[in-house]
Amino acid sequence: MKKSLLACLVASAAALPAAAQDSITIPNIIELSGAGATVGNNWKNGSSLAVEEINAAGGILGKKIVLEFVDTGSDPGKARAAIQRALDRKPVAIFGPIYSGSVSATLKLTADAEVPQIIGGEAANLTAQGSKYIFRTSFGQNVSMPKIANYLRDEVKAKSVAIVYVNNDFGRGGRNAIMKELESRGIKAAADLSTESGQADFAADVIKVKGSGADAVFVYLNEEESARFLVEAKKQGLDKPLIGETTLLGQKVIDLAGAAANGVRGHVGLTVDAPIPAIQNFGKKFEARFKYKPDHNGVKGYIAPYMVKAAAEKAGKLDGKAIAAALHGLTITPDKVPGILIEATWDATGEIDRISFLAEVRDGKQVITKVLPKLKQ
Amino acid sequence: MADFLQLLIAGLATGAIYALAAIGFTLLWQTSQTINFAQGEFVMLPAFFALVAMHWFGLPFWLSALIAIGCAVILLGLVFKLVIVDPLIRQGVLPLVISTIAVGLLLKDGAKEAYSAEAHRFPSIFPDRLVDVLGVKISLAQLGVLAVALAAIAALQWFLAATSTGRQMQATAQNPGVARILGVRVERMVMLTFVLNAALAAVASLLISPIYLVKFSNGETLGLAAFVAAIVGGFNQVRGAIAGGLLVGVIDNLAGAYSGLIGVSSSYRQAVPLALLVLVILFRPQGLLGRREERSV
Repeated sequence: MKKSLLACLVASAAALPAAAQDSITIPNIIELSGAGATVGNNWKNGSSLAVEEINAAGGILGKKIVLEFVDTGSDPGKARAAIQRALDRKPVAIFGPIYSGSVSATLKLTADAEVPQIIGGEAANLTAQGSKYIFRTSFGQNVSMPKIANYLRDEVKAKSVAIVYVNNDFGRGGRNAIMKELESRGIKAAADLSTESGQADFAADVIKVKGSGADAVFVYLNEEESARFLVEAKKQGLDKPLIGETTLLGQKVIDLAGAAANGVRGHVGLTVDAPIPAIQNFGKKFEARFKYKPDHNGVKGYIAPYMVKAAAEKAGKLDGKAIAAALHGLTITPDKVPGILIEATWDATGEIDRISFLAEVRDGKQVITKVLPKLKQ
Repeated sequence: MADFLQLLIAGLATGAIYALAAIGFTLLWQTSQTINFAQGEFVMLPAFFALVAMHWFGLPFWLSALIAIGCAVILLGLVFKLVIVDPLIRQGVLPLVISTIAVGLLLKDGAKEAYSAEAHRFPSIFPDRLVDVLGVKISLAQLGVLAVALAAIAALQWFLAATSTGRQMQATAQNPGVARILGVRVERMVMLTFVLNAALAAVASLLISPIYLVKFSNGETLGLAAFVAAIVGGFNQVRGAIAGGLLVGVIDNLAGAYSGLIGVSSSYRQAVPLALLVLVILFRPQGLLGRREERSV
């Protein structure tokens, strides 16, 4: 009896390394609670869906992916500690965080450890800090703000704009970028309103915007705050065009703000309402599985595993440094990697380039009004 | 001037909701010397009860709202009093206070795990229309919130002052020993206070949730605002909590709008009510309308 037990233990111990070698664990360090819960849960579900598909098709270079979800609580300090712990196990890549402040607090750690970090952050400065291991899944503000400024000048015909931004790395980065772009186009900033992350009551801000006399309002808040702002704007009868980025026109904002989101316009980098069958199919798959329509963070989470897969297969090995090197300058096309959904290219700084969209919310739905080409064809 | 009036009404509407929550602090303090640090979560949770009734059981909003108030009265009033307060109050105020902090954390994380960590839309009782008041466009929803909150406060004041039960509750608050000698069923009055607190918290929840959205973490903001309001107004007076709530709501809004005029960034908006709290503690520790309490060794 003792001998058979010992034999079992030895056999199990021998099998463990083999099982471990059959899979790779990718830490997914994201905002699953706190102010960024909406963002993080969309990303989580998107990445889970992609990993199921990749594993069902044989994994990456024969190895299955295991996602390990860690909640940052939307706190940069917790995100940094989680990344530090994750790096101790030398993963081939790390997904997240999504909030720019948390990315900013962690990008040096992944750079020092030479582990590629696939992020959701959009602050302009993230890719300007010299890390060779950071890769965006969505446009940085340096790419999106010139498009918004053009839209305000050419389509909205605004001469003055009230800016409402959230006082975190994401919001301040966007505010600084749009200010510069508006100034260069001769558009005046009629109001410059800072709000807090997690702010619940926007009555004072909306009343200030109303009193500013601006031709249009540029709203650059995170999703939940965007919804609260829109609800208050409708309640107060704010009748100026409300213009924003993906965080204002996203599906989650539409769900939360209801009818108050109607009429909102702007630029979106990613949306499941894009007139592209692959991305619409992804939206349907996601909705069938999770019972709600994903926003752009769901798409960002979905493409992250496919980025690693394409880069690892190009590099021919599951090694963080090789994957990062392969991603620089890589163009992934949907005909070769369907999960990438839209053709995308990463430059030497990890900045992404792909087509984007102008959109408007009508009757509770995001409607694409124009497709904008890639910056570098 | 129009902007100022709009800010004032908006501030009074939010402040009236803070007042509903702040009254809970004073009621529990007066009758059982309990400081309930889960008060914010008591305001957060009833909206989740309503969401469960609407989305899981498909009930209409009006019925879900009534169920939310009923659940709040049972769970946050009766059960809280019997399961948490009664056993712990015998150990002194400090263990009870710490327990209410634990209850707050439990309710917050319970709502997150049981429902979701994300924000959820909540229907508004009032339409999104503007009405003309003295030439100024005012939101009907804000006027409605203000009216309902003030009506709830007025009903409470009437109940406490004009009914036999209310007067017994006041007697219990002022001197439970004497009240007991006079035949007042003190335990029942204390229980009724907890029930009233839960009902007021539920009303506050139904009024604030269309503005804040329903989220497990809402209690942090609401609890802090209500606590500040109760301290500023006077922790031992219901009228103090009302005044404190309205004042905090108005000051918060005016700080958000006008802090720039005195060269202060609106980022400091959240600090303004706290600065008021410090000033009140320094110069009028009993609160603006509170009664000085002295204790001897």
